[in-house]
Amino acid sequence: MGKRVILDLDPFIRRERPYWEELERALARLVERERLGGVDEARRFYYLYERAAADLAKVRTFAAEPELRAYLEGLVAQAYARLHQRGRSGVRWRPLHWLTREFPAAFRRHLGAFWLALGLTLLGAALGAFVLAQDPSNKWLLIPAQFGHLEQTPTERVRAEEEAAAERAVVIAGGAPSFSTMLMTHNTKVALTAMALGFLGGVFTCVILFYNGVILGFVAFDYINDGQGQFLAAWLLPHGVPELTAIFIGGQAGLVLARAVIGHGNGQPLRQRLRLVRNDLATLAGGLAVMLVFAGLIEAFLSQHHGPHLYALKIAFGLMELVLLIVFFSLMGRRPAHDRDHP
Amino acid sequence: MTTTLDIRTPEGVEFSLPLAGPASRAAAVAIDFGVVLAVTWGLSTLSVLVTLVSPEWAAALPALIFFLVHTLYSMVLEGVWRGQTVGKRALGLRVVDARGLTLQPGQVVVRNLLRLVDILPAFYAVGGVAVTCTRHCQRLGDLAAGTVVVRRTTVREPRLDAVLAGPHNSFRAHPLVEARLRQRTSPELAAVALSALLRRDALEPSARLRVFGALAGHFRELAPFPAEATAGLSDEQYLRNVVESVYRRRAGHDRVGGR
Repeated sequence: MGKRVILDLDPFIRRERPYWEELERALARLVERERLGGVDEARRFYYLYERAAADLAKVRTFAAEPELRAYLEGLVAQAYARLHQRGRSGVRWRPLHWLTREFPAAFRRHLGAFWLALGLTLLGAALGAFVLAQDPSNKWLLIPAQFGHLEQTPTERVRAEEEAAAERAVVIAGGAPSFSTMLMTHNTKVALTAMALGFLGGVFTCVILFYNGVILGFVAFDYINDGQGQFLAAWLLPHGVPELTAIFIGGQAGLVLARAVIGHGNGQPLRQRLRLVRNDLATLAGGLAVMLVFAGLIEAFLSQHHGPHLYALKIAFGLMELVLLIVFFSLMGRRPAHDRDHP
Repeated sequence: MTTTLDIRTPEGVEFSLPLAGPASRAAAVAIDFGVVLAVTWGLSTLSVLVTLVSPEWAAALPALIFFLVHTLYSMVLEGVWRGQTVGKRALGLRVVDARGLTLQPGQVVVRNLLRLVDILPAFYAVGGVAVTCTRHCQRLGDLAAGTVVVRRTTVREPRLDAVLAGPHNSFRAHPLVEARLRQRTSPELAAVALSALLRRDALEPSARLRVFGALAGHFRELAPFPAEATAGLSDEQYLRNVVESVYRRRAGHDRVGGR
């Protein structure tokens, strides 16, 4: 068994203190300016780190003095984090680059999860339509409290909307900011919750997507069955394209997270699996929030304006959004071929 | 559940960071919620000015402000203040990478988004259970982001002068017994004795007498000094002599001692 010795603390501290204080000053400078000044400064910093680490090893082995040990551990921990700094800390964040490059690239990396989220919603939509087709009285079971306006038949609602188009336009415009705010915050919460619930294995994420689909299918069937398909398309497409896509992306992120948590068919430990998807999750969450802000503005300022003269324009606008979104997610953020060959 | 995060670097350096417990984290959350409410109230009050321009926007702003402040508060502050919010700063807590590395923006975003699950069904029930059940006191957001919350310790060098016997240590007249004492005292035992002296004023008088009595008795058996060196010494003074003999070598012996 090895012999245990005790460090002569007082002279040890007197001898080493200048080096610890120098390391403290170097760390404080790094907080202010993020990067070391040059090669010489980096070398000196590494020397000070190694010296403090060696002192810590001595204190741990020979002295077991709690306060000094805590001091040196704090010092070494800070220096270690700085020396092994990962990522692009210190590099300025470029919002436009992030939105137009990193976001679509992250989306494409997990395309399978997106299709699954879309599929679950469509499955729910099919069920919603089927339930209503079986018995129209099921409508009263399916209408959520916040969709009170759906209690009218679609034809009644369309007639009312069109007859009061001019007056309603004024009312809607007056309440647009509040309505827009409510929609943005509600949809953002739903999408982010669908993502966060992925940590619990994805079951609740699937439930949110499926339930969303049931309501969507029920509303769509109700309007189409009543001969108001054009009104529905004009009403939903302008804001629905970005809004539903954003909610699917929330579901996509939740399913990506769920897959990382479950780790099916993956031999890596949980920490590693989560580490691999972490940045993509953050990017998807940020991207969907931007899309929902856009959708909220469209819903408040465009979707709620009704009238036969607007239908074609609104449908065209919604279809244009859809094409642009497909192009955006398909093409943006792709690396040129020569970059892929030489990473 | 452990109280420290132990890290071993690729270079073989080992260090520990003290983990924050559920109580201090809950207190930090409460402070932060108070700050969110105060900021929301302040900004909403200012939004009355917007009435002059657009009454509709003025009506919509409070809800929007609360949502933005509530959602972004922790993300922004933890990103800018390197893992701290107002509550964490007040209580000396900090979010750090679970491997001891620098906190990344993606980690900050993910740990705060997962808060939506941690708060379920109410009052951070899920997060609270996770903090008490996981090894490193992590809520679900921490697990997903690979982060832990550590306590910032008040660090100062040990104040040896205040607790040691000084030049009047009667044990110095018996260098051979002193050497035997050093030989037989483990670093852990020496640390216990020094800690007892450093925390002297925090102990109740009766507890202090018991602690010093037990430690002095142990050291008396470990390396007995002659009667003339210990005559009239209280247990506390005996302990001061022991610690001084163990920790402070005489001038000219500025090196690591051994047996």
